[in-house]
Amino acid sequence: METSPESNATPVLERLLPDQPAVLGPGHTMGTITDKITAIVLRRPMTLGWLGGFIIAFSLLNLMMLAIGYLFFKGVGIWGIDIPVGWGFAIVNFVWWIGIGHAGTLISAILLLLKQNWRNSINRFAEAMTLFAVACAGIFPLIHTGRPWLAYWLFPYPSSMGVWPQFRSPLVWDVFAVSTYATISALFWFIGLIPDLATFRDQAKNPWAKRIYGLLSMGWRGSARHWKRYETAYLLLAGLATPLVLSVHTVVSFDFAIAIVPGWHTTIFPPYFVAGAIYSGFAMVLVLAIPIRKFYGVEDMITIRHLDNSAKVMLATGLIVAYGYSMEAFFAYYSGNFWERFMFLNRSTGPMSWAYVLLILCNILIPQALWIRKVRQTPWMLFLASVVVLVGMWLERFVIIVVSLSRDYLPSSWGTFTATRWDYAILAGTVGLFFTAMLLFVRVMPSITIFEMRTMLPESKVQEEVAAHD
Amino acid sequence: MTEAPLYGLMAEFDNPTDLVQACKASYAAGYRRMDAYSPYPLEEAADAIGFHKTRVPLVVLCGGLLGGTFAYLLQYWINVISYPLNIGGRPLHSWPAFIVPTFELTILFAGIAAVVGMLGLNGLPQPYHPVFNNPRFSAATKDRFFLCIEAADPQFDRIQTQRFMESFNPRDVSEVAD
Repeated sequence: METSPESNATPVLERLLPDQPAVLGPGHTMGTITDKITAIVLRRPMTLGWLGGFIIAFSLLNLMMLAIGYLFFKGVGIWGIDIPVGWGFAIVNFVWWIGIGHAGTLISAILLLLKQNWRNSINRFAEAMTLFAVACAGIFPLIHTGRPWLAYWLFPYPSSMGVWPQFRSPLVWDVFAVSTYATISALFWFIGLIPDLATFRDQAKNPWAKRIYGLLSMGWRGSARHWKRYETAYLLLAGLATPLVLSVHTVVSFDFAIAIVPGWHTTIFPPYFVAGAIYSGFAMVLVLAIPIRKFYGVEDMITIRHLDNSAKVMLATGLIVAYGYSMEAFFAYYSGNFWERFMFLNRSTGPMSWAYVLLILCNILIPQALWIRKVRQTPWMLFLASVVVLVGMWLERFVIIVVSLSRDYLPSSWGTFTATRWDYAILAGTVGLFFTAMLLFVRVMPSITIFEMRTMLPESKVQEEVAAHD
Repeated sequence: MTEAPLYGLMAEFDNPTDLVQACKASYAAGYRRMDAYSPYPLEEAADAIGFHKTRVPLVVLCGGLLGGTFAYLLQYWINVISYPLNIGGRPLHSWPAFIVPTFELTILFAGIAAVVGMLGLNGLPQPYHPVFNNPRFSAATKDRFFLCIEAADPQFDRIQTQRFMESFNPRDVSEVAD
């Protein structure tokens, strides 16, 4: 007649070491979790700090619009690129931003499948971070093409010219990888939001807010049948997004590894790009989480434990990145290949060696401080370390792209690269776009998943029948 | 007082255990047209009302197969039949190069199928539903648990069912207008 209660109904007890901070502060109920997270959006007035941040970010965004407008008017000649360095800041920024996005997908998909419950309070804004980072990244392949209004030529569509894309090129693979990634990230994010938007709909007092959240929540009512399909779909989406975490940056690395430029043509690129992506992504998660938990008073939901765990992921991926760098050096030495060896010497001692030295400092030496627990558990120290890693990862892409291109096989075709103010304007501008979107997000959407936080409470578990009747 | 058409009776609980027990008892009593509502996924509740299987995975599988097949055939048709190009002397049908877009479109179609399939099978978006007529129901997205037995159930009886639901010791049993 009736199936026996599921074995997973037993409460999951968290095993904490004596001095390990908890994932969720004490004293919370479903009601307080709901009130606290919805209050950030629905009750809290706009603060001066938020407005100040928004003005700065929005100004930078406008700088980007200006720079792109001028770019469309004049052409890519306003940038520092020239022959031989035909790929400059645009591709550096593209790879950097798309890498940052990876941590969001890792947190929301891989950590979900691995049942890492601590992810529940950071996954929603990390997914938003992914979405906005991919949006920033997506700008660059478009604007670097010279004739961005023809970017749709990259897609296979039956054109009147009878011309089709060339599918043996990694640049075409990239179109598919990045557009799939952007779409799946957006779907994952939005599906995750639906139950929380329904909570917003029911908690909002303002009739307009009620209506808008109602529209977005699609009439979600928390039916058991709906939840079952929802959980299935969510798990499947996580399973589908998991290979994307590994594949997107792999395909991005193919853009380089398939080419024959010394410094690009390396088999180590795919794993080392993916590790670097997660490294920079977790750095960005921390750069966002540390202010959010402080300014919105959610230190009991995004706890020191989250910071500590994220720092450990950063440390681990940072070591993989360090391994990648040492392997590049080892290949240069052990392959006996003249060009590889020259590439490495040029990187480390050539005219742009400052970038390489800074890169080693930012990505390898300084982050070793994360071995120290005090650094991992002190927010401002961790914030600084994360900013350093973000700078380091940007420099890594600069070294790979610009320094490799500047000196290849023929000394007669060597050159150099100097960024112009427009290069910097667009880089700063995408930072503005990113933070504008993030600041708007925390004001209008739940930045912490409410319904998943509820499941972390002991009271959310169904008690065994015997116990319930005692 | 003229009676508005009745959608069903709704019992409110403040913990998941009571809800699941009420669901089990109602299912055992022979009720089938009912639904449980909770503020977070409660698999036990779906099992208790006799909802064990979803067709979402099948939809996702179909989506993935469709995407992968479409991508591979598209590339084959473009690069071998419609617009053959000699790239470094590689064969026209250089399948290893076609794997990446095939993989990506498999994921893309499967992901879209997961979302569209889940929403479609759930009948969402659905702006109106009778359960929202119960003013207490707004707590279903916060910290309350509801069981609604629909009037359309053949066993439903306005008085008997209410008495039956009150035996679970809910916080409240109320009518839901259609």
